[in-house]
Amino acid sequence: MELATKDLLRLATIGSVDDGKSTLIGRLLVDTRQLFDDQLDAVAAASEKRGIGDLDLSFVTDGLRAEREQGITIDVAYRYATTPTRKFIIADCPGHVTYTRNMATGASTADLALVVLDVASGLKEQTRRHLCIAALLGVRSVIVAVNKMDAVDWSELAFERVVDQIATVSRELGFSSSLTIPVSALLGDNVVEASLNTPWYEGPTVLEALEASEAGSWETAQGARLPVQWVLRQNGGGRTYAGMVSGEAFHVGDAVTLLPAGVQTTIRAINFGGVPRPEATVGLAADLDLADETDAGRGDLIATAPLPTVTKEFEATICWFGEQPFSVGGQRLRLKHTTKSTPVRVQAIKGLIDIESLKVVDATSFTTNQIGLATLVTADALVVDDYREDRVTGSFVLIDEVTNATVAAGMVGHATFL
Amino acid sequence: MTTTLQTPHATDHLDVLESHALFILREVVAECERPVLLFSGGKDSAVLLHLAAKAFAPQQLPFPVLHIDTGQNFDEVLDFRDRAVEVAGARLIVAKVQDTIDQGKVADPGLLGSRNRLQTVTLLDAINDNKFDAAFGGARRDEDKARAKERILSFRDAFGQWDPRQQRPELWQLYQGKVNPGEHVRAFPLSDWTELDVWQYIGREKMDLPSIYFAHERDVISRDGMWLAVGAFVEPNPDEEVVRKMVRFRTVGDANCTGAVISNANTLDAIIEEVAIANVSERGATRGDDKFSETAMEDRKREGYF
Repeated sequence: MELATKDLLRLATIGSVDDGKSTLIGRLLVDTRQLFDDQLDAVAAASEKRGIGDLDLSFVTDGLRAEREQGITIDVAYRYATTPTRKFIIADCPGHVTYTRNMATGASTADLALVVLDVASGLKEQTRRHLCIAALLGVRSVIVAVNKMDAVDWSELAFERVVDQIATVSRELGFSSSLTIPVSALLGDNVVEASLNTPWYEGPTVLEALEASEAGSWETAQGARLPVQWVLRQNGGGRTYAGMVSGEAFHVGDAVTLLPAGVQTTIRAINFGGVPRPEATVGLAADLDLADETDAGRGDLIATAPLPTVTKEFEATICWFGEQPFSVGGQRLRLKHTTKSTPVRVQAIKGLIDIESLKVVDATSFTTNQIGLATLVTADALVVDDYREDRVTGSFVLIDEVTNATVAAGMVGHATFL
Repeated sequence: MTTTLQTPHATDHLDVLESHALFILREVVAECERPVLLFSGGKDSAVLLHLAAKAFAPQQLPFPVLHIDTGQNFDEVLDFRDRAVEVAGARLIVAKVQDTIDQGKVADPGLLGSRNRLQTVTLLDAINDNKFDAAFGGARRDEDKARAKERILSFRDAFGQWDPRQQRPELWQLYQGKVNPGEHVRAFPLSDWTELDVWQYIGREKMDLPSIYFAHERDVISRDGMWLAVGAFVEPNPDEEVVRKMVRFRTVGDANCTGAVISNANTLDAIIEEVAIANVSERGATRGDDKFSETAMEDRKREGYF
């Protein structure tokens, strides 16, 4: 039996409520035989119980009682699929605007967005919002499943109309690749099996497109980064600094700078789980032994050139999920960036992003689920990169000091399309 | 420092999952005051303990290990528990469901009755008594549709309840474990692992496991579509025939609600092969506790279950 080494692709489904995201994922999992017999039986039983008859494929991922009762997705469901060369982690995100925070949760770790929209209604405002958030969160490629083709009699004209809309918005948002596929999630056309109903379409199925897309982390021109999570005391007295590598790999002998202190030293050794290695690749939870004595601790950052910026004031893109408005002089907030937490206040609101025009418009506050630009000032210095350079050192969350709830996703800098 | 360097292996999906888990373990230990690792003696908690040892090597584990003892365990699992905890150099806390019953906090289901749901009370009491603010668990999202919805760091209120409609946003890998006194978080470092990933990892790391995961001969009865091992907690009814079969266990829970599967797989390689072609899920094949209703897991999780 072939159980080869696989790479890993993280994808998120996005799009408006009722356009068929959960049904498409259900179809993809059923037709690739990723579901066990008992899980399929349970979906059939649940469908029958609610008088839906046959098999409601959305029940494959809509697992909560309330979701099944209301027929909508409330929170992200994570599902897993494997092909001979690839493991997929699928975040099936809710489409409803109320649950934008959950959609952002699913998309923040995604390499790719699988966009689902209804061919009859085309690009809705909510789909634009999701595409915009995905672009802001750094998703660089999209696969667009133009769904419910069976309901428009497999009309090439109807499909082409949506393709044009997608091409325009993809260009505006700067996706590096976007592929548009006519599908019926309900019937399975062009999901796993190529459709006989779309002879005018010669491109890949959704599964073929997912298998061909590029996996993994971003290419970056910045240096290697390791935010210190924890200091490990070594037998015999030394200390090593544990954290996850981002940006580029570290190698034994690399010249590094400990920030924000600015201390220069070199890497004497790299360990993983107590075992030495010559290099620490991106994504490895390694620990580094530095040649010189330092007082580094949690919240510090070890980096190679070009170095990140040390700052207490910066401009950021904010996706606001809080119930109270986000404004100057608003609620008390704490900011978590890499492994560091610090009090933060809003210095200035620069404006809101208008989803329709993708322009920044004047505003003095953001309400729930709005996105905008603001200048923040922190109590302690942060070591940051622009989000487009490094998804780890460029991202942060805002936390309500009273309830400890996470109330915003933040990105250092702003997207080029703004 | 003169050490022979290992050849770096290419990054495959197991490396990515492993590093992610180590990152979560360290992050929770750094952010929370009093973490604990929930350990059942099953394969998932064995992997979790193995990863915890790696995350903090060469130091000792910076948290204790908690076993919720239903009193209806397989002996082989208790043996493994003691062995694994000793190898990891961890401090073991055992909280007994029997004590919860003796305190009158839950009704006694009798010797043969299921104590599965009662564990929640024992677990929440242990978390409360020890003032734990974070509890690591080995749960995976591929196990159940309610678990598929849960965050990696999952908030529990002062009553230990999970509210699936009000989960904290969990952006990037910025895990946020701050809670007010009396509240806690559950942390699931194996969230993105599948059953097959777990077995491939156990194979790669050549890990020790309870012997009941490997095929062996055992007296079993067929009940509710499952093969149950005849023993102290499962007595055959007059109409049930005891048969001797070659079986193994795919999951490890209480002896009276965990079914065996017919199998000849007695090596890790054979088990990996068997899991890769299975057409019934591990909980579907072997767990009576999930079969009560459509949302059995969600309902138990809301109350504070693992």
